[in-house]
Amino acid sequence: MVDPVQFFTTRFPVTLAQIETLLGIALSQGGDFADLYFEHNVINNLSLEEQIIKSAGRSTVQGVGVRVIAGERTGYAYCDTIEFASISKAAKTAAQIASRPCQTGPVAVEKSRLEHDLYRVEQVVGQQPLEERIILLQELDKSARRFDPRIREVQASLTDEYKIVLIATSNGTLCGDVQPLARMRALCIADDDGNLQSGVSGGGGRYGLDYFDNKRIHHYANEAARQAIVQLEAREAPAGSMEVVLGPGWPGILLHEAVGHGLEADFNRKGTSAFSGLIGQRVASELCTVVDEGTIPNRRGSLNIDDEGNQTGRTVLIENGILRGYLQDQLSARLTGTMPTGNGRRESYRHIPMPRMTNTYMLSGESDPQEIISSVRRGLYAVQFGGGQVDITNGKFVFSASEAYLIEDGQITAPVKGATLIGNGPQSLTRVTAVGNDLSLDEGVGTCGKDGQSVPVGVGMPTIKLSEMTVGGTQ
Amino acid sequence: MTLPLTLELLSDISRMAIRNGATDAEVMGITASEFSVEVRLGEIEKVREANTQGIGLRVLHNGRQASCSTSEISSESIESLVTTAIEMARLTSVDEAALLPDSSEMASELPAVDQLAMTDPGIVDLSTAAKIELARTAEDAARSSDTRIVNSEGAACSTISSQTMLVSTAGFAGSYEGTTISLFTAPIARDGEQMQVGYWGDRRRNLSNLDSPVEIGKEAARRALRKLGARQVPTQSVPVVFEYGATEELLDSVFEVVSGSAIFRRASFLVGRLDEIVASTLLTVIDDGRRPGALGTRPFDSEGLPTRKTVIIDEGRLCNYLLNTYTARKLNLNSTGNAARGLTGSTSVGIGNLYLQPGTTPPAEIIRSVRNGFYVTEMIGFGFNPVTGDYSRGASGWWISEGELAYPVEEVTIAGNFSDMLRGIEVIGNDLQFRGRIAAPTIKIDRMMVSGK
Repeated sequence: MVDPVQFFTTRFPVTLAQIETLLGIALSQGGDFADLYFEHNVINNLSLEEQIIKSAGRSTVQGVGVRVIAGERTGYAYCDTIEFASISKAAKTAAQIASRPCQTGPVAVEKSRLEHDLYRVEQVVGQQPLEERIILLQELDKSARRFDPRIREVQASLTDEYKIVLIATSNGTLCGDVQPLARMRALCIADDDGNLQSGVSGGGGRYGLDYFDNKRIHHYANEAARQAIVQLEAREAPAGSMEVVLGPGWPGILLHEAVGHGLEADFNRKGTSAFSGLIGQRVASELCTVVDEGTIPNRRGSLNIDDEGNQTGRTVLIENGILRGYLQDQLSARLTGTMPTGNGRRESYRHIPMPRMTNTYMLSGESDPQEIISSVRRGLYAVQFGGGQVDITNGKFVFSASEAYLIEDGQITAPVKGATLIGNGPQSLTRVTAVGNDLSLDEGVGTCGKDGQSVPVGVGMPTIKLSEMTVGGTQ
Repeated sequence: MTLPLTLELLSDISRMAIRNGATDAEVMGITASEFSVEVRLGEIEKVREANTQGIGLRVLHNGRQASCSTSEISSESIESLVTTAIEMARLTSVDEAALLPDSSEMASELPAVDQLAMTDPGIVDLSTAAKIELARTAEDAARSSDTRIVNSEGAACSTISSQTMLVSTAGFAGSYEGTTISLFTAPIARDGEQMQVGYWGDRRRNLSNLDSPVEIGKEAARRALRKLGARQVPTQSVPVVFEYGATEELLDSVFEVVSGSAIFRRASFLVGRLDEIVASTLLTVIDDGRRPGALGTRPFDSEGLPTRKTVIIDEGRLCNYLLNTYTARKLNLNSTGNAARGLTGSTSVGIGNLYLQPGTTPPAEIIRSVRNGFYVTEMIGFGFNPVTGDYSRGASGWWISEGELAYPVEEVTIAGNFSDMLRGIEVIGNDLQFRGRIAAPTIKIDRMMVSGK
């Protein structure tokens, strides 16, 4: 097991004493708080297309970010070179955010023990021979083509990263983490006499290569192929407001867009979110309990510590329909007099941390999923989605269904083409009239973008029914 | 020890790759100085500053290729970059199209730096205090323009000054510099329970071309205010007018379906349609990689080919796909000098400055021509399938009633098939402005499904 303190201090010309000195430099203009974020990340990618391995690659991303907070102000600077002089220059730059020069010596830090050990990985993907990884993609390709002769093209990729981080703060904490992450993705194109359709699947998490066993690979291949084949028969999607049933798992992206972003503390501290000031009020039907949990073992959105060195945890956002809490980072927690919730995240050492989601899901209810579908006279049953987006301020959000069916008289009938669903965050979940007993988490492919920064996240949901939602089809 | 990032270093790396067994190598280096300041409610909120660099290497080994990159530039990391890339390339498959460009295609005479107007020393020299002042002024102008502007997400001023270097064993070594300055602000308007944000700004290569901070602030406020009172409309099929910013998003989807990457994969509904009429004869779409002072301008592409002007759609006829060397080889065509790459990953296809040729009708007249329809000013979401052309996105804007903007609209979607939408363009406005890498005027599409109540 790699020890991050040892990793950075032996591999690079920087000592623990120098880290303490650097924190002192960062505070030399009178900042209230400073932290150093050391990162070493090796990212591998491999892709197969037209039945051949088209490209392989490796990127090494490493550097140090220095942050200084003075009141509500944040100064940030970073360097790509991990050695004292460069970091010192960055620390001096970031320090300028404060304007009360003062005498500061080194800030003593003490190594803290991690409370969680959520992703111990024996066999790191990128450290396994490339030949072994190539075989996985070839297997996926074969499996997808076996599914149906109309599968004309398969694109498969395997991406993994092995990130080592070390965070030293002027509060005296020093903690590190080793964060593996892997994802396999399959895209199939079906061609039925010129009718072209596509299907996408994939999965992963904070796992090693052994996670991608034959069973999973066949599952991704079959799922992508199946979706493409189903779409060959798809009719035009309906337009207008109607009852909508969302399937379990990835459709939980609804929660991510409809409520998750709007509950990030930075927007609420500033009063710019549609959810600002709604704590304690009803924002969902009493059937809905929504949590953000960074501590589920091996999940894509999980972390032992967040990117500010705070313990991750489980935050109840909505409890039986009542808004309970926000997702906090260090700065928002301090300015609003609350505790960080372990949601301070950043894309890399080049980025300033901000409140972000980890794994966001709705707890199971009591309804039988089949009965939920049977209860709909005319509506849409959506089971797979592409991306989504939200306007934090007015609360309007969209997410785009890539596999959906009509429900007619309680029966799932024809598949329909992709359509965007649109709703209003603080309102949508008040229209949840049934929650299934079948919570499942997504398979581990989600990436969330905010303010130009991407981080891996997870979502999850049981089958749910919304009494009303606008479906953006053409019929 | 960190080595200085120069063309000589990149040449050394390419030679090292050949010595280690590569058939060909292409090395890109980028250095950049970045600065940004964010101001909110008049106070500085964030200042971010850094000098950054990185190297990306693509090697070819008898028809097999691999790409590696590093942000650490030392002798050890470079050695490991080269050996890893070659090791990986030995294991990928032989791909007959994976070759560097032919040396005869390479940019031989590069245009003079002034000719492309990519840099402005005024941006490099701009003081931190001046950048803070720009952001403050823009936010103040927004906040003071109306009492209903009650809050703000702040204003940001950012500058980047960068140098891009490329060395290719196909016979190319060159570099160019570029500067950009951007200034954005996002005021929030409130009326009763409803809050709306207006996001507006400008980004330029030359400081003197940047919109004034007061204009930016006022326009942002206008955009927030005009959304107040927005409501849903009943579901109906109507003519749709796209304000220029929304048309730019449509043009982004045009790029997706004419990009060589989608074409050779057959992942576009425009596969095999060269020389056919695919859009209204009013539509002409051009990519120009050398428009002086424009954000997407550069002298050569990421493979060292000269950038150029390519007519993609000429009066409705599909004339060209946008191609890099790989996609051109796959399609038996010639590269259009549109190779794009970051330091990481493989080479893709990217735009230079993509624009829609303007028409002659003023936007107000286009709106007046609609009896009952939708004026789209903003879109959200990702509901476009380039394989089938199915298009469905969230939209907001104004309802047009008897040729007048009647009331603001939100929480609706617009849907159609992109191929029908391109054919259904009935009028093109005269309001083309180059604000980003994609530029388009207001347009009117005959009919789309608006889904709401």
